[in-house]
Amino acid sequence: NSGVISLLKPLLLDVVPTIQQTAALALGKLANYNDDLAEAVVKGDILPQLVCSLSEQNRFYKKAAAFVLRGVGKHSPQLAQAIVHCGALEMLVICLEDFDPGVKEAASWALGYIARHNSELSQAVVDAGAVPLLVLCIQEPEIALKRIAASTLSDISKHSPELAQTVVDAGAIAHLAQMILNPDAKLKRQVLSALSQIAKHSVDLAELVVEAEIFPVVLTCLKDSDEYVKKNGATLIREIAKHTPELSQLIVNAGGVAAVTDCIGSCRGTVRLPGIMTLGYVAAHSENLSMAVIVSKGIPPLCACLIEEHEDHIKAAAAWALGQVGRHTPEHAHAVAVANVLPTLLAMYMDTRSSEDLQMKASIFTKKALKNILQKCTHLPALEPLLHDAPPNILKHIVGQFSKVLPHDSKARRLFVTTGGLKKVQEIKAEPGSLLQEYINTINNCYPEEIVR
Amino acid sequence: RYLNKMVIFIQKWWRGYRSRRYFRKTVETAYFIMKMNFYNEMAVRIQKRWRGYYVRKYIHNYYALKKYLEAISVNNEIVRNELQEYAEMKENKEKRRDLEKKEKEKEYQARKMHYLLSTKQIAGIYNSPFRKSPDPMEALLRKSKPLCHRRQQTTSPFASEFYDWPTCRRPPTFSTVQPLPPIGRQKPQGPFRDTAEVLRQRYKPLEPTLRVAATINSPLEKAREEMKREEWRNRIHDNEFLPFSSYHKNRKYDPSIHTSGKYGQETYGTKHFREVQPKKWVAGKDFQTVLPSIVLFEKFGKTYSRTGQIV
Repeated sequence: NSGVISLLKPLLLDVVPTIQQTAALALGKLANYNDDLAEAVVKGDILPQLVCSLSEQNRFYKKAAAFVLRGVGKHSPQLAQAIVHCGALEMLVICLEDFDPGVKEAASWALGYIARHNSELSQAVVDAGAVPLLVLCIQEPEIALKRIAASTLSDISKHSPELAQTVVDAGAIAHLAQMILNPDAKLKRQVLSALSQIAKHSVDLAELVVEAEIFPVVLTCLKDSDEYVKKNGATLIREIAKHTPELSQLIVNAGGVAAVTDCIGSCRGTVRLPGIMTLGYVAAHSENLSMAVIVSKGIPPLCACLIEEHEDHIKAAAAWALGQVGRHTPEHAHAVAVANVLPTLLAMYMDTRSSEDLQMKASIFTKKALKNILQKCTHLPALEPLLHDAPPNILKHIVGQFSKVLPHDSKARRLFVTTGGLKKVQEIKAEPGSLLQEYINTINNCYPEEIVR
Repeated sequence: RYLNKMVIFIQKWWRGYRSRRYFRKTVETAYFIMKMNFYNEMAVRIQKRWRGYYVRKYIHNYYALKKYLEAISVNNEIVRNELQEYAEMKENKEKRRDLEKKEKEKEYQARKMHYLLSTKQIAGIYNSPFRKSPDPMEALLRKSKPLCHRRQQTTSPFASEFYDWPTCRRPPTFSTVQPLPPIGRQKPQGPFRDTAEVLRQRYKPLEPTLRVAATINSPLEKAREEMKREEWRNRIHDNEFLPFSSYHKNRKYDPSIHTSGKYGQETYGTKHFREVQPKKWVAGKDFQTVLPSIVLFEKFGKTYSRTGQIV
């Protein structure tokens, strides 16, 4: 602020190399700290000076220069665009070809931060020819370099399918798949996130990732002691499962559902979210798959999530997943109802009905889940408690189910009367001619007149 | 009137005939349709049975589904067990690592506190006379050897940033300047020499004479010894290996002028050297050349096999 940058600028051109390096380091730290300072660095025309003589300099200078570029590029897309404009990308790619692993690490970190913002910048990074060099960096023995290169590849491929295809064409998947076995936790995080960003775009990419033989190795990642490794592993499985039923089938056959349910049971908080969504996606494809989810004891963890978690989006996801599991046939709905989760769903729906946007989404999910499950549910003891508190739009489904089942089942009829359900039904006020009234009439017709009165 | 009656009679008969024919046709078609309906219904019954069977057997095979679900649960159990083992193994590894760290810490402490070991006269703190047996720390102290003071580690000013990067071990060095003499100091009173001179003399680098720099043993002998040792070391074959011994011998033989005549080489000088008169021989034998044999030269070309010689 006190003109420091204009003082440091001439030092960059000093004769003594150590002074150049220290000046560059100082600029890097300034830019790293705050985005106003980064803007000042860009405005002070420092980047072209840094970049112009980079190829002949020694490795310390290259490291410091890459540090400056990283610090500037991480704050916003405009600053990163400024970096691209002054031709720094070619210089960073030249740094990537250097022998010293520290230089490569700094360069790939800078490229990662630039590519993170949006897809044009990622495209610019790819056009500068960085991807094959990054794939080479991944194969180097130093762990820090591998980590950073993996995170850069993940940032590049997350924006669009074409970019992910470019990364795949450079042969990245095989190396990333090998590195899943590495014991270092941070490396595993980055590798799993890179694979999931690649797999999320299309079926072909997901199939390519699966062909790299990641199952069942990925399941061991779900048992890792590091939370984010578990989260990223579950994300990878989710991205693969969501495309087609065949891929979900593959995951189920490899025992993935059991691993994911254990993972959900053992974590707390947002780490659970991808696991929940995986179960939902698997169950959504077909009834056999949702039966497989039920058989692998998938429902109790989902119910636990619904009850324990405080965040709305996790609860909404759990409700959605339960809806997907239970909506196919009466057996599925029975399995869901037996877990005693319908009252919780109803309470959640009523709870969050009158609040803002995020809770609106949660309530939409719960409502859909409830509707879908109730339309197939024939397990009457589970439906009974819902009669008492449900709002009218849910109530008509419940009463509809009763009216479908009661005419045929005499034991259920007796039970219905003894538990006071019939009385409750009488108390419901419905407009004549509406669906609700028809259902009530059907129920009343099952019983002799005296009881009804 | 009779004609009209006749005509009506013929027409009546004709109409009856036509309508009987028509009626027979309709009856036949109706019968045919009835038969076809019957066959269709029977066919539908068969198809119904077949479709049910097929769907139950192949498409919605209930038992296959049940078996599949059982297989899934079995597989899940296996996967869960394996994952459990893996998690346990990792936990064990972690625990072992922690234990080892603690052990190392303890040993280090024992080495530092070696002076607390008990002597014969004075019992140390870990070997109190009121205890039945000495503390395990005592055993550790007995086992460990005393720790010498480590030299102070020089911390460079760039320690934090550059040591983060894995390969940069040395920070960038400033160019070393000669230490300048201290400025502004008052000249000490008295017959002292100039400080700069003194420092120069004190820190003069060593310039050893040639005698000192060379070794006691003369270098010539040393070099000879060295050569002998090298030969002794490197000689595995007494014959040096030559690739193909006659390979490079492609010199043509220039015959000498003295012995070359019109019809080729004269044999004097090669086959015979002087006049030979066998009648004058004493023992009936010619002189025979007797040369002292040089073993090495006899062996030339004969010790090893003739393979490898290019003809």
